[in-house]
Amino acid sequence: MSIIYVLLPIALFLGFGFLALFIRMSADGQYEDLETPAYRILIDDEKITSENQLEKGSIHVS
Amino acid sequence: MSAEQSGSSTAVETPASGVMERFSYDDRIVRQFILATLVWGFVALLLGVFIASQLADWRLNFGISWLTFGRMRPLHTNAAVFAFAGNGIFAGIYYSMQRLLKTRMYSDLLSKIHFWGWQAIIVSAAITLPLGFTIGKEYAELEWPISIAITVIWVVFAVNFFQTIFKRRERHIYVAIWFYIATVITVALLHIINTIQVPVSLWKSYPIYAGVQDALVQWWYGHNAVAFVLTTPFLGLMYYFLPKAAEKPVYSYRLSIIHFWSLVFIYIWAGPHHLLYTALPDWAQTLGMVFSIMLWAPSWGGMINGLLTLRGAWHRVRTEPILKFFVAGLTFYGMATFEGPLLSIKSVSGIAHYTDWIIAHVHGGTLGWNGFIIFAMVYWMVPRLWKTELYSVRLANVHFWTGFLGTLVYIISMWVAGITQGLMWRAVDGTGRLVYPDFLETVLKIVPLYYVRAIGGGLYLVGFVIMLYNIYKTVRSAPADLKDDVVSAPRLTRNTIENLGKTPHRMLEGLPVVFSVLTLVAVGVGTMIEIVPTFLAADYVEANPLLKPYTGLQLHGRDLYVREGCYLCHSQMIRPIPSETLRYGEYSRAQESMYDRPFQWGSKRTGPDLARVGGKYPDLWHYRHMMDPREVSPGSIMPAYPWMYRDKTDFAIIQKKLKVMKSLGVPYTEVEVRFAEQQAREEAKLIADQLVAQGAPKGTEEKEIIALIAYLQRMGQDFKKGLIQ
Repeated sequence: MSIIYVLLPIALFLGFGFLALFIRMSADGQYEDLETPAYRILIDDEKITSENQLEKGSIHVS
Repeated sequence: MSAEQSGSSTAVETPASGVMERFSYDDRIVRQFILATLVWGFVALLLGVFIASQLADWRLNFGISWLTFGRMRPLHTNAAVFAFAGNGIFAGIYYSMQRLLKTRMYSDLLSKIHFWGWQAIIVSAAITLPLGFTIGKEYAELEWPISIAITVIWVVFAVNFFQTIFKRRERHIYVAIWFYIATVITVALLHIINTIQVPVSLWKSYPIYAGVQDALVQWWYGHNAVAFVLTTPFLGLMYYFLPKAAEKPVYSYRLSIIHFWSLVFIYIWAGPHHLLYTALPDWAQTLGMVFSIMLWAPSWGGMINGLLTLRGAWHRVRTEPILKFFVAGLTFYGMATFEGPLLSIKSVSGIAHYTDWIIAHVHGGTLGWNGFIIFAMVYWMVPRLWKTELYSVRLANVHFWTGFLGTLVYIISMWVAGITQGLMWRAVDGTGRLVYPDFLETVLKIVPLYYVRAIGGGLYLVGFVIMLYNIYKTVRSAPADLKDDVVSAPRLTRNTIENLGKTPHRMLEGLPVVFSVLTLVAVGVGTMIEIVPTFLAADYVEANPLLKPYTGLQLHGRDLYVREGCYLCHSQMIRPIPSETLRYGEYSRAQESMYDRPFQWGSKRTGPDLARVGGKYPDLWHYRHMMDPREVSPGSIMPAYPWMYRDKTDFAIIQKKLKVMKSLGVPYTEVEVRFAEQQAREEAKLIADQLVAQGAPKGTEEKEIIALIAYLQRMGQDFKKGLIQ
């Protein structure tokens, strides 16, 4: 059962890695607002067509 | 590549909105992944119906090696999981992550390499698996060159994925992305750890783990493949596409966060529930069982959150096939994740394990959950990506009902088959004897249900073909010019991603992609080589000097057993359950498989357990049985293996095999390795001569069947000779 010495650290790494990530993201403010994100994804991107493309100050990137 | 990609120009800061940037999404790659999903989905389902029919009527094996069940079944599972679901996941991820992060994918080139690399892997699987090139572990069958290719392509995807996150324009990372992140990281680890192999030749390798170790690693992988290929990415996709389709925000964003983190934390521990009542130590079994039961809560958190997202939109479910697929998909997810913890309870597993109940369980998940979520996604994305209308909503509804009915017919028939057979195996009468001592009787009882199952799978396939037609007509009506839309979003400014500039994130971004890819591949390959000695140093099972490893011929025969996929229908693990020891003999000990690479404990008994088959029948019985199972076992549904009587044993490779095994710590002597070929030939001659004496034809000593018989007759002998207590 020596494989446990490999699997256990990996399982712990994954489990607690996700836990650490969660704590960090919470501290980072990812989860301060739990209302807006649910609504924001429903808003479709406004497509830029030849008529409205002259938005002031916008730049073209990838 | 379009002009938008060429990149930078001067930034103009406007106080109100920050810097507005114009960019486009890469929709071409999404379209490609969708088409691949449809093509491979058809192949996977067709193969499924084919092998289901083979179980109903053995003649459909046609006596052709590469069409036989044992070789087709891995192809079906790999096609379903990695080709159909895999491409579906990629399509959904590439579509949603660009929009959620408000950025184009980091590199169109990496996206292309990912797409074509993945398709090449699938094609190579479709060629090598029917040829019998297999590692012999479920869902991880692909031999080492393809395994390495999978690692490379996955790393390419991961680099592209994380770099896209780093250059996002939306500070908040939506819950769907979290699910994708968990998938990308965990799948890489699972795959690399489980498929560390030592090559013997280009298409043959041995795992560095043996017996109980191999079993634990394999099911740690196997279960989490279900978790991180068929669950987390699909939940992520559900969290994007369901709210979009329903035009409602997700019911509780808070719940989505909670159930995500608890799900990824708990899932990784549940693997050992595939090994209940086996030779795996009890504490590991209990651990797996407890964590599996805990999984109930986060799983249902996801289902409830999905279904409640439809609040106020239920009237639309009546008319919109996309929402129908989501509702049914989530319900099947709820059912499967209710059933999973239930099956992980030891006493339930005692009845269900090795039966078709498990087959019902996985198909409830794959057909009902994964399939339906993919269909919903495809119906939603295709009109948007091809800038047209869906050809026929009515046909999509027909698809839904056909698929739904097919899934129900499939899982109900297999529930009945599994429970029937499980109870028959256990039935003991008042005098303590088995009520159904003849295994075959329990098989023949459920064969009619195999026909029903094939019909269920067939219906699902019909529904799929209806979708193919619908999508074909839709795509045909698309405009010729499918230019990516240009959109605009403000660049992330101060207090957002710029702040991370001094952190390792930004430094990582600075690294050239090629370097990242090479490093990670090196890690993968390096692990393969370096980790070997570490594993060999420690014994996992008490050393037993009385136990001799397989002879060269037996080892070669064992590899033939793996090649033909015997493990897909026969277990080699007798559980310590009274009815089972009555049927097969003493329960299996860990020591018995200590030289087994890969372990062959199996997960399904379409045929009886073989752990103690050695010496049970004379050689001639096996000789006749493999030629035509019905000759010695009337009514058997096992395929025939005529090619093993034609094809010659490759005696030359046996020495190499022993060498690799010796390097892995198997106690072969120098003499045994040096004279491996000669000894194997002598052993084969002995068996062939005895066969002639029993009435078999002459001149079989060089044929593969002899090596297979040598292995079959070895199974369980150590125990019978009293070498193991």
